[in-house]
Amino acid sequence: MSILVYTENREGIFKKATFELLSYAKEMAKTLNTNVVALSIGQVENSELEKLGNYGATKVLNTQGNNLSFLDNKLFSKIVTTAVEKEGAQIIIMANNISGKALSPRVSASLKAGLVTGVVGLPSSYEPFVIKKLVFTSKAFSNVKVNSALKVLTFAQNSFGVAEPINAVAHVETFNPQINDVPVKNRLIETNRITGKLLLTDAEIVVSGGRGLKSAENFSLLEELAGVLGAATACSRPVSDEGWRPHSEHVGQTGKIIAPVLYIACGISGAIQHVGGISSSKFIVAINNDKDAPIFEIADYGIVGDFKTVLPEMIAAIKEIKAG
Amino acid sequence: MKILVCISDVPDTTTKIKFKDNNTTLDVNGIQWIINPWDELALTRALELKEASGGIIQSVTVANVGTVASEPTIRKALAVGADNAIRIDAQPKDAYYVAAQLANIVKAESYDIVLVGRDSADYNGSAVGGMLAELIDYNSLSSVSSLNIENGKIRINREIDGGTETIEAELPFLAIVQKGISKEPRIPAMRGIMMARTKPLNVVQAVAVEILTEDVSFEMPQPKGSCKKFDSENVKTLVSLLHNEAKLI
Ligand SMILES: Cc1cc2nc3c(=O)[nH]c(=O)nc-3n(C[C@H](O)[C@H](O)[C@H](O)COP(=O)(O)OP(=O)(O)OC[C@H]3O[C@@H](n4cnc5c(N)ncnc54)[C@H](O)[C@@H]3O)c2cc1C
Repeated sequence: MSILVYTENREGIFKKATFELLSYAKEMAKTLNTNVVALSIGQVENSELEKLGNYGATKVLNTQGNNLSFLDNKLFSKIVTTAVEKEGAQIIIMANNISGKALSPRVSASLKAGLVTGVVGLPSSYEPFVIKKLVFTSKAFSNVKVNSALKVLTFAQNSFGVAEPINAVAHVETFNPQINDVPVKNRLIETNRITGKLLLTDAEIVVSGGRGLKSAENFSLLEELAGVLGAATACSRPVSDEGWRPHSEHVGQTGKIIAPVLYIACGISGAIQHVGGISSSKFIVAINNDKDAPIFEIADYGIVGDFKTVLPEMIAAIKEIKAG
Repeated sequence: MKILVCISDVPDTTTKIKFKDNNTTLDVNGIQWIINPWDELALTRALELKEASGGIIQSVTVANVGTVASEPTIRKALAVGADNAIRIDAQPKDAYYVAAQLANIVKAESYDIVLVGRDSADYNGSAVGGMLAELIDYNSLSSVSSLNIENGKIRINREIDGGTETIEAELPFLAIVQKGISKEPRIPAMRGIMMARTKPLNVVQAVAVEILTEDVSFEMPQPKGSCKKFDSENVKTLVSLLHNEAKLI
């Protein structure tokens, strides 16, 4: 018995979200008196793999191969299920992100393991196994009971936190599962990476703009604010529909669901579909010239005013603080 | 070629969610039901593909696992343009249950392309599509934001962590689709609504499936404390609060 964690890398590097995932799994493993085994798929240096020990993995299964440079649902989930069998894992944990959502259902169906996606904390009980997740696009929580012996969970980022790293090196083991019988059905034609920008999923602070910003040009003020804060930028749906900002920045029910420490909403009215994507943020600051805008109902702090005057002042005040 | 679009019947996105029976059941009183937003976009794309295929795509079928209460939503999908519909007569239990029911349909009819939405706006499982793909042993790709057919192969764009990829995939194929798959959902026209009444809606029996997960109770999030509001003269005060009190910057 062990807990298997699929630790995803981005171009050979593990990100904070992966460390949080391991910290979460480690806490569960302590209660169950078991170990955390990490599974890494794709090209990663040994020194990087060993780092996973700092966050609680005792062992890392390292799978590399030519055809593993892009996510193929069937191939990758076959690797996961083979690892589950090899390790006798009872609980399989992945991030509730693009790849976790792609793989967890296939793994679940293949193993007949009950799946709970987007869990926001540790189980409230292990026997029976009951765990909490967000439902109805963040409007409510459900306590889900898993009936099967094997369980698959995807963990909602920023709902646990990264544990203090310990000084431990994970044992890295080469893992070459039999995957030759999985026929290759997909061919990667092209990859386009967002470069030179902090990604929404990596950011502690997110500054977001809505239709109230009135034009694509006005987003330069928001970019400047993001720059001084070390934040990522986001937007409401109409803004990405208009093409003022890329689709990758759209947050809400039909875009990304995020949970940064601080979310600054500027010129966003706070429609229910928008709020669903951001309400798990620890703190929300709203800037809006309409004192009755619904966004203030979910904000911790608000400024009633025009973004054209508020944003430059904010930028100046933050610069002053940062300068010490 | 045949396309299957799996549709889920969900509360309108503006619904105020309430529970009853000691917070164990969704209170459906007064809820407006709609086609899950992703599934509606998937259906729109399926129809576009069919129209552009010059007869190669013969039919677009929609399938729903639900009780008779979801028939208005299924009729709407027919009014939008689906050729026929299948309702698997059961109250959905969990994602695995739904996927297993759908798998039965696909095995009987062998569709070339199956489209499933990223997640349903109710239980947000993001699970049915992937589970279905596994159960019917189809090639599948997720977070698909565009889909075209070129020389008998599928070409998709999909979102990845920090970018996008273009991939060529072989048929048969299951796509789990999200934003971008089509621009705007199609609205049924009067003619479509009339025609929908006579299009086939086959009701099939559900099969017995093990229940892997159950929602035992629901909770509402903690209400937010009141917002500390400032006017535009006091931006500096707010920033220093964020710095000193909340320690956010
Ligand atoms: C099925 C469905 C799914 C949806 N999914 C999403 C989603 O994922 N994400 C999303 O965001 N939306 C989504 N929407 C759309 C949503 O309903 C709202 O239409 C949208 O969020 C509004 O965007 P907004 O706040 O930027 O614009 P608006 O509602 O137009 O608000 C603009 C705000 O800016 C303020 N403002 C104007 N001028 C200024 C100024 N000079 N200074 C300061 N403030 C100013 C206004 O007071 C107003 O509050 C969805 C809708 C549907 C039906």
